[in-house]
Amino acid sequence: MSLTRQDVEKVALLARLKFDDDQLDKMTSHMVQIIQYVDKLSELNTDDVEPMAHALDINNALAEDEPRPSLPREEALRNAPKRDDECFLVPAVLGE
Amino acid sequence: MSLTQKSATEQLALLQSGELTSVELTQAYLDRIQAVDSSVGAFLRIETESALAQAAGIDARRAAGQPVGKLAGLPVAIKDILCTKDTPTTCGSKMLENFVPPYNATVVEKLLAADAVILGRTNMDEFAMGSSTENSAYHPTKNPWDTTRIPGGSSGGAAACISADMAPLSVGTDTGGSIRQPAALCGCVGLKPTYGRVSRYGLIAFASSLDQIGPLARTVEDAALLLEVLAGHDPLDSTSVNAPAPAYSETVNQPLENLTLGVVDHHFGEGIDPEIVSAVQKAIEVYESLGATIKHIEMPHADYGVATYYIIAPCEASSNLARYDGVHYGYRADQAEVMAELAEDGSDEGPLVRMYRKTRSEGFGPEVQRRIMLGTYALSEGYYDAFYLKALKVRRLIRQDYDNAFAEVDMIIGPVTSNPAFAQGEKNSDPMAMYLEDLYTVTANLAGVAGISLPCGFTENGLPIGLQLQAAPFEEEKLLRAAQMFQTATDFHTRRPELS
Amino acid sequence: MSDAPYEIVIGLEAHVQLKTQTKLFCRCSTEFGNPPNTQTCPVCLGMPGSLPVMNKKAYFLGMKTALALNCGIPKFTKWDRKNYFYPDLPKGYQTSQFDLPMSEEGYLDIKSLKDEFEPRRVRIIRAHLEEDAGKSMHDEASGKADSRIDLNRTGTPLLEIVSYPDMRSAAEAKTYMQELRLLLTYLDVSDCNMQEGSLRCDANVNLHIPTENGTIATPIVEIKNMNSFRSVERGIAYEAKRQYDVWQETGKVLGELPKQTRGWDDSAQVTRSQREKEESADYRYFPCPDLVPVVVTDEQIEAVRSEIGELPATLRERLTSDFGLTSYTADVVVNQGRELVDYFLELAAASGDNKLAGNWVQGEVLRILNDQEITIDQFRISAGQLAELLQLITSGDLDSSKAKDVFAVMLDSGKSAAEVVQDLGIEKVDESALEDLCRLLVERNQRVVDDVKSGNQKAVGALIGQAKKENPNVNPGQVRQICLEIINNL
Ligand SMILES: [Zn+2]
Repeated sequence: MSLTRQDVEKVALLARLKFDDDQLDKMTSHMVQIIQYVDKLSELNTDDVEPMAHALDINNALAEDEPRPSLPREEALRNAPKRDDECFLVPAVLGE
Repeated sequence: MSLTQKSATEQLALLQSGELTSVELTQAYLDRIQAVDSSVGAFLRIETESALAQAAGIDARRAAGQPVGKLAGLPVAIKDILCTKDTPTTCGSKMLENFVPPYNATVVEKLLAADAVILGRTNMDEFAMGSSTENSAYHPTKNPWDTTRIPGGSSGGAAACISADMAPLSVGTDTGGSIRQPAALCGCVGLKPTYGRVSRYGLIAFASSLDQIGPLARTVEDAALLLEVLAGHDPLDSTSVNAPAPAYSETVNQPLENLTLGVVDHHFGEGIDPEIVSAVQKAIEVYESLGATIKHIEMPHADYGVATYYIIAPCEASSNLARYDGVHYGYRADQAEVMAELAEDGSDEGPLVRMYRKTRSEGFGPEVQRRIMLGTYALSEGYYDAFYLKALKVRRLIRQDYDNAFAEVDMIIGPVTSNPAFAQGEKNSDPMAMYLEDLYTVTANLAGVAGISLPCGFTENGLPIGLQLQAAPFEEEKLLRAAQMFQTATDFHTRRPELS
Repeated sequence: MSDAPYEIVIGLEAHVQLKTQTKLFCRCSTEFGNPPNTQTCPVCLGMPGSLPVMNKKAYFLGMKTALALNCGIPKFTKWDRKNYFYPDLPKGYQTSQFDLPMSEEGYLDIKSLKDEFEPRRVRIIRAHLEEDAGKSMHDEASGKADSRIDLNRTGTPLLEIVSYPDMRSAAEAKTYMQELRLLLTYLDVSDCNMQEGSLRCDANVNLHIPTENGTIATPIVEIKNMNSFRSVERGIAYEAKRQYDVWQETGKVLGELPKQTRGWDDSAQVTRSQREKEESADYRYFPCPDLVPVVVTDEQIEAVRSEIGELPATLRERLTSDFGLTSYTADVVVNQGRELVDYFLELAAASGDNKLAGNWVQGEVLRILNDQEITIDQFRISAGQLAELLQLITSGDLDSSKAKDVFAVMLDSGKSAAEVVQDLGIEKVDESALEDLCRLLVERNQRVVDDVKSGNQKAVGALIGQAKKENPNVNPGQVRQICLEIINNL
């Protein structure tokens, strides 16, 4: 499986990361190296194998619909990098 | 033997008998930290005032004959990945430099309820991604046995503080070996519980289906004591198992009869340091001398563990770390710089998208970014089946290997790492070499089984060597008893690094 | 629609906020309308380390709705993460369901009261659970200023109901949404308030256009922001016309352009592109490792099924077949909601005349409800009180026009029908006295007799007017009948 610099640039946008040219070269070469290594899984035939997303087989962890207190607003907003008295603030969300 | 060199179990007895106060003990550790941590760098923050205040409160309650918790008065160090209300929790990242959680992780609640004294926060690889604690955004931690070497990671601070007598107990997390590997490299005991044994609520997620919280200590008895407090069902964690946690400390000294240990010959193949092979083989002999039966078993998919892990863990991480976008908490890139940058490269990217990208590129270190990139790629359209789905299937095969093994043996015995602690900077430029550090540890996380690392020898250069025992899910009790058998018969855990 | 040179193909994705007290994955309140960011906790803020725990009630409300939509309920369902960055999505992913939804393959039947289209069965692909996002508020006027984010709504349980592209007109789409809302109201699983956003929908729309070279399909457009039934209808109608114009201009067909998202601008009555200029969406769905699957038993499914009361379709059927209502009346009554149906059922039982009860509910009662903008539970006349009035009609004590007068007074005064009849001095005219009066009038009006004899029955109307002058309490119907009998027997 090949991975180009352009692919890496696209993935960077999807991941909301940004690299300069040097970083992009380095990231591409590291990713190629790692992907080559993990490609060894293709040696295995897994046609009849059930995927395992969880490390344990438990089901139905359900909670009752009973309200519990929310955080005071000041607590909720305390860590916000930018805020006003009521809300989190972000650069304009367009297209809404 | 100085006070800080005593085991937690011994210290607890002194506290209970009134021969020692928590304030004295806490102060002794604070003094030790003051004396040696400048050369180790195990801690990110020492909480002197609150620790002493907490200790004084517990002493007062004990003196007044009021009920106190299981760990009453014992200092505990906490990896800086567990959210603690109104106390900075950085996860070793610049991203969370100023993050102050409004809530406590369940294990922090449990520690407080057990009257443990919270000594401070230990250093770690950023977001628990790394095997050397060199990926901390703050400073690297050094191995107390040789400060030119790494302590292992990601719970490097948690292991180093134990090995340098800066805390009797510490809490770490293990996603692919992050408790067991640093415990091995620093010469202490580290246990990764079965997935679901300890609540993950408040543990800042790296890879949710692999992360587990566990104890680090100098002795198996101490690890049992701490695990007993950490373990148990939590309704706030859907993946926490609804089963009672046994009182491990009460059974840890009962040797196991008819113990059958499995040895995977493959573990001793190419690439492993001969000194490690020899130490582990001697450990196997010790077990034989204690009456254990040794069986040779196959783990045919063990070799695929690292490849499987380095797909699943980054995939989960890429999603878990999407929340760090500079909006609700954590670091955010300077808005004026964002606008200037946009103007400069004439991009039609919106200011919001560029704010996200700049924030995340400035807030995360290179290893974290690399794993986010890998995970994003492996989950993206057209690659999901080849990478992520394939890895989930191999994960099943690895689990089946374990199930087959545990049908034949009680535990699997083997090495924790293929090499002793390596020099700082040695593997920094080669991510794949660093990833292969996890060879012997990742499979336990993928399968969800329990594993423990305990000291089993030293290299000629005086570097500790770890022995790994792995047991079937929820067999921590047996695991601890088997480890204690070894520690009763050996004295590797009593040796101390020389630090000025 | 039939004269348009194309066929519209519409599939709808409805989002229904389920009526739980708490959010899908945390126990914050879901109450609407509170000050911003007062209903959040570490979980719905997406704080590092926080973990979701599934709301049991949300799952079962979802199942109830899916069953009512004739969907199958798989025994195993799981949760997946849909990854994308947006400020009102604090975790950077939405917890939803991807390949193993909680329900699949159902249908909803729709028909038009005004005969705008043939009755249609709209098939449903799936209904799955997911969490709602928060709100981004942007002050257009302030230009470059920041957007404000309120996370109160974040994590509110949503049931997404996805239909097949089975609808063929804007009116069908609107009716589908109305019928869905009615069903949800009967199930009591949602507030269904489109203004508050508890019922929303997106429409996937394209056209099939017959051409000389066979039928072509235009690229599919997803329309968002339609928050009223009227906007669903107008948005789709607008979009159809727009797509036709674009096709005529560009000739672009399905597959030649990526799927586009457009928002309905209700004030301008146009759809506008909501182009994601940076990239095409790649949500990287994968199983959420923090949540475990839900496994249900047949018994649990049947228990939920048994909780479902009578649904609109069955009720309409019952009102026509068992109560003899016209299908129009049955539709009108059922479409008003379960409470009005109950009122009708009580009225029919107490009055003993189903059709009369149906006509009164559909006519007088509904007129008052509409005029006063109230619901049946706020209506002043109880079914029992109204039944007394209807009984007076059935017994012939009141004619329908008098009954309406009595009804009006009952509404104002709160008095019973008997009391109002007495207050108004309405008395039943003795039959023999009435006959005497009619005889007298026939004798006095030979011209009317002649007209009637020559076949103009309407001429008898003049006698009714005269009778009312003589005695205001006479029943015009009776006067007419008696006079005709007398004349015919002459
Ligand atoms: Zn919440």
